[in-house]
Amino acid sequence: MSLLEIHEPGETPMPHAGEASLAVGIDLGTTNSVVAIAREGVPAALHDEAGNALVPSVVAYPEAGGVLVGEEARLVMAREPRNAVASIKRLMGRGAADLHAVAGVLPYEIEPGSGQTDMVKLRIGGKARSPVEISAEILKALRARAEAALDKPVERAVITVPAYFDDAARTATRDAARVAGLEVLRLVNEPTAAALAYGLDKGSEGLYAVYDLGGGTFDFSLLRLEKGVFQVLATGGDAALGGDDFDRAIAERMLAERKKDGLADRVDEAAVKTALVLARQMKEQLSERDQTSGRLEVAGTPSFHTLTRGEFEAMIEAPVARTLEIAANVLTDAGMTASDVQGVVLVGGSTRLPLVRAEVAGMIGKPALTDIDPDEVVALGAALQAEALTGGGDTLLLDVTPLSLGLETMGGIVEKVVPRNTPIPVQLAQEFTTYQDGQTAMAIHVVQGEREMVADCRSLARFELSGIPPMTAGAARIRVSFAVDADGLLAVSAEERTTGVAQRIEVKPSYGLSHEDMADMLYDSLDNAETDMMQRLLAEARVESRRSLLALDAALAKDGALLTTEERAAIDEGRARLEAAITGDDRDAINAAAEALETVSKPFAERRMDRGIREALAGLSVGELESRVGE
Amino acid sequence: MDHFARLGLPAALDLEPATLDRAYFTAQRQWHPDRFVGHPPEERAKASTEAAGLNDAYRTLKDPLSRAVYLAGLNGVELPGDGKTIDDPDLLMEAMEAREALHEATTPEAVDALAAQARQDMQQALAGLGTLFLRHDKAAIRKALLRLRYLDKFAEEARARRTNLQRVKA
Repeated sequence: MSLLEIHEPGETPMPHAGEASLAVGIDLGTTNSVVAIAREGVPAALHDEAGNALVPSVVAYPEAGGVLVGEEARLVMAREPRNAVASIKRLMGRGAADLHAVAGVLPYEIEPGSGQTDMVKLRIGGKARSPVEISAEILKALRARAEAALDKPVERAVITVPAYFDDAARTATRDAARVAGLEVLRLVNEPTAAALAYGLDKGSEGLYAVYDLGGGTFDFSLLRLEKGVFQVLATGGDAALGGDDFDRAIAERMLAERKKDGLADRVDEAAVKTALVLARQMKEQLSERDQTSGRLEVAGTPSFHTLTRGEFEAMIEAPVARTLEIAANVLTDAGMTASDVQGVVLVGGSTRLPLVRAEVAGMIGKPALTDIDPDEVVALGAALQAEALTGGGDTLLLDVTPLSLGLETMGGIVEKVVPRNTPIPVQLAQEFTTYQDGQTAMAIHVVQGEREMVADCRSLARFELSGIPPMTAGAARIRVSFAVDADGLLAVSAEERTTGVAQRIEVKPSYGLSHEDMADMLYDSLDNAETDMMQRLLAEARVESRRSLLALDAALAKDGALLTTEERAAIDEGRARLEAAITGDDRDAINAAAEALETVSKPFAERRMDRGIREALAGLSVGELESRVGE
Repeated sequence: MDHFARLGLPAALDLEPATLDRAYFTAQRQWHPDRFVGHPPEERAKASTEAAGLNDAYRTLKDPLSRAVYLAGLNGVELPGDGKTIDDPDLLMEAMEAREALHEATTPEAVDALAAQARQDMQQALAGLGTLFLRHDKAAIRKALLRLRYLDKFAEEARARRTNLQRVKA
């Protein structure tokens, strides 16, 4: 697997008998990361000597040598932009082909020759480095912080991921932990971890929503909390919407203002990084004040910029409205309304923005819960789960699949096998059959998404079930099974049931996936629900008709002699009409033509059946007949 | 093992959501893979399979219609696969009229009214199912379930149409 070309420092250490090695909770965030530990149900974030819990998710490889993580790396970034990288989480599990998606948001220098399907590599500090090894540096720093604070070895962790993270990004996160010498007890979804922290701390029961707007991702989840059970009812999100986008909007505005003032900068990677750092500071100040200003220096020329809260809020209105739309859809999926929700937990630094708080409270109709620090709440929940998994706690987390999984069938239609919001782990199967007489192989195409047509969904994997013995169309019974484990990873297998021919694959989605695809797929499905249904019905009508035509042709070839010339002409005409109708887009016309053909060919079908029975009976003794009937 | 037995519930049409939840949570406390962290691989694999079985049972029994279809299956009433042609002339007529009405509904309110009617019809049909099961009237159960399945699909179509109408308006 291409992802594992990382040189590992050593095998993951075996967990010791339990007492010496501690299990921590880690929130590996886009902007900031946090490590926490829980003891007897009380979680606490681990601080550095200066009392900070947040570790900026920035990694630097300074000229002077060595690796720096966090605040120190941020300082290097200001000085030597080419030797530092931020927001690496946005590239976890992604291929070079996805980069256009974030190219405008974040200035990355891509290592030339990065494959389109392999995970991308960046050129930082003069060397090619993968997102996995860069993330591993953050995890190593967190691990070191935990070991210093607890004065014990730390070798196991629960790590959180956005609920909307796909298989590739989850795998990349696990690999980064392994490089950092951490065994991952479980990948837990961030909103679920936040709910865990709230539920256990406040003893809350009932229906709760988690609104998680981080640096790079948005998740909205609906959970039921009841006596130690945390049941996710539905989840949704957008893996490419977050505070980074707000920073970028401010930075773009400042760079545009410079241009207007006649400062003909060459806007290179370094200029963008500098502008983003300033933009972020200005954004944070606007949560406290109505107006802010900043001094931006690019290539030795300074410029001064002011921004009011009103101006900023106008800039972010559209993305915030989008989060509310996603939230409304999640409520609908769960069959709930805003009034059923007892409280909404805010997670992520971007929920500090007054506009976000006001809009969320307005939608749910209740003030948002913020009494646990939104930057720490996810790590605290992860720590609680780490303690439960190692110490045998009584809490139970029941999570779900974020997107539907299915297979391509005839006519490019998606047959959903595992619908979104299905509780995991899950093992579900569906039976399919062959389409043509004598067909000996069947292509299995696994897709992910909410749309009805394959072309609109994301392709996860393709394989072929071969060695099916030749049979009449529709006689083979091909069972395709999907299994999604508790970490959200998928495996697919296929088997021909009448003969036992089997194939099995682990689905490893290519790293060329973009998360926007996932969010867009979900969006499109809502936008296009009716069109999709019509398209599906049309495609079904076509498939059904083609199948009848094939069957009819086979019958005519075999028993055509049973027909008079007139009857044959009528059938041929009906046949031609149906073929013509199939090429059109009118479902009713197809169905009408199919019905007409069925009517004219009915006497033929009856005659064939009679003859079949006569042939079967001819020359058989009564005993043979009985044994035949018994078959 | 059938889904009811797996959750320790009687195989019956009536099932309180709270009762189902309690049974499901109790069983998941025993089998969820989180309970088997650090256990040998074969125990973890078994837990994963058991937990998946519980999730399947829960999902099937949670929705009243899918529960009724499943129970009918246990009682030997087989329904044709989803999306197959309707073979009941009464239902065919009802479906054609409803589809026409949906096609003619051009405001979200009009679509809502049709969806509400479908939901009400579903409630009524579900309520009547109990008696049919008691009488073991397989033909009537089959007919009622096919109609319920159609109504469910119709409600879904109405939802899609409503979303579309709202978007056009916006």
